[in-house]
Amino acid sequence: MDNFTFGLTMLIVGMGGTLLTLWLLALLIKGITQLFPVEDDQPKND
Amino acid sequence: MLDAILSGLNALAEGGIFMVQHGGANLIMLAIAGVMFYLAIAKDVEPLLLLPIAFGCFLANLPLSEVMHQGGVLKTMYDFGIGNELFPLLIFVGIGSMTDFKPLLAEPKLLLFGAAGQLGIFATLILGLIFLPLVPGINPAQIKETAISIAAIGACDGPTVIYVSNMFAGLGKIDSAMVGALAVAAYSYMALVPIIQPPIMRLMTTEKERMVKMPSVSGKVSKNALIAFPIIVTVITGIIAPKGLPLMGMIMLGNFMKVTGSVTRLCKASENEIANIATLFLGLAIGGTMAGHQFLKLQTLLVFGLGLVAIIIDTVGGLLLGKIWYKLSGGKVNPLIGAAGISAYPMAARLVQNEGQRWNKQNFLLMHAMGANTGGQAQAPSF
Repeated sequence: MDNFTFGLTMLIVGMGGTLLTLWLLALLIKGITQLFPVEDDQPKND
Repeated sequence: MLDAILSGLNALAEGGIFMVQHGGANLIMLAIAGVMFYLAIAKDVEPLLLLPIAFGCFLANLPLSEVMHQGGVLKTMYDFGIGNELFPLLIFVGIGSMTDFKPLLAEPKLLLFGAAGQLGIFATLILGLIFLPLVPGINPAQIKETAISIAAIGACDGPTVIYVSNMFAGLGKIDSAMVGALAVAAYSYMALVPIIQPPIMRLMTTEKERMVKMPSVSGKVSKNALIAFPIIVTVITGIIAPKGLPLMGMIMLGNFMKVTGSVTRLCKASENEIANIATLFLGLAIGGTMAGHQFLKLQTLLVFGLGLVAIIIDTVGGLLLGKIWYKLSGGKVNPLIGAAGISAYPMAARLVQNEGQRWNKQNFLLMHAMGANTGGQAQAPSF
């Protein structure tokens, strides 16, 4: 694989992989916050 | 007594002869150390790191200096904490204990800005692969790894750059003298983010876009969620990107200690003593690698040039995603927050807040920008 093809592959795979990973992480965070909602461990008068 | 005086005069003469015969590069490096002292002391440019780097550079370039010879003080520090990547990891524990992931957990979609803010890494990698073969004297077998190390500056995160470049240097994949240049470039551009970003923000967004007022983020997240987050991220990193586990593991360890609230002493020690000691030794040892005959090469200029390009493209990438989001949301998202999707934490978020308020005094973008900024911060180690 020549240098330019390597760079282009890294750009596509790297950016795609990064976006995908962060999107999955965002979904996971949403899951965590739903699993542990604020009301569970904070007093209502807080 | 006379012997001691004669011995001192002899050493002075030897030093003088050395500087005349071979010291041109060292003199230039001493001048560069002077500039770094000035920036750190008078201009307050990342003084915590720039000052030790400058002093290490100063020590390494004095005539007949043996600080980087085997057994020398800076060489010992280098082997102890940089050769094995220990110091950057210790600094990451401190960064983790200083980072507040609450805005990100309250608005997880902001994490995506952390990806757009990394566009500079991959774009610079391509540029590095194009330009490095044109540099005379570079080993063709080291081009890919050298380009990756330069591209890491786009992570906008000094310890990540040192970690990546040093790992390659240890494997003989890049010239070890480049570690110093890469570290100085990374920290210099991190410090220059307040100068680099605002003109790009104004160039890439319209006044109408900059004035968009966003609804406030509640910032309310349960303690259990805050505790679960670092553990889950560490597990996922270990599975998806095991090579990034040391860096991500350390940042999440620091954050875990912070959010549990049960080890306040360890948390404070990580934020202060441990991070400060590691920063001092790391700076000195990196400065020690900046010996004139190794540092003054065309490669170094390329590192600084491409490093600047990386930070600019990061900002452009984040703003482009912000503009797309602005369109998709029907004008409800202020595209400026995209510029915070880099790892310069919390400086990039504050810049977005300032820029937003400059165009609309009712605009409070800080919490949104902090979410994007922690996304960039969390993303950098996984690079």
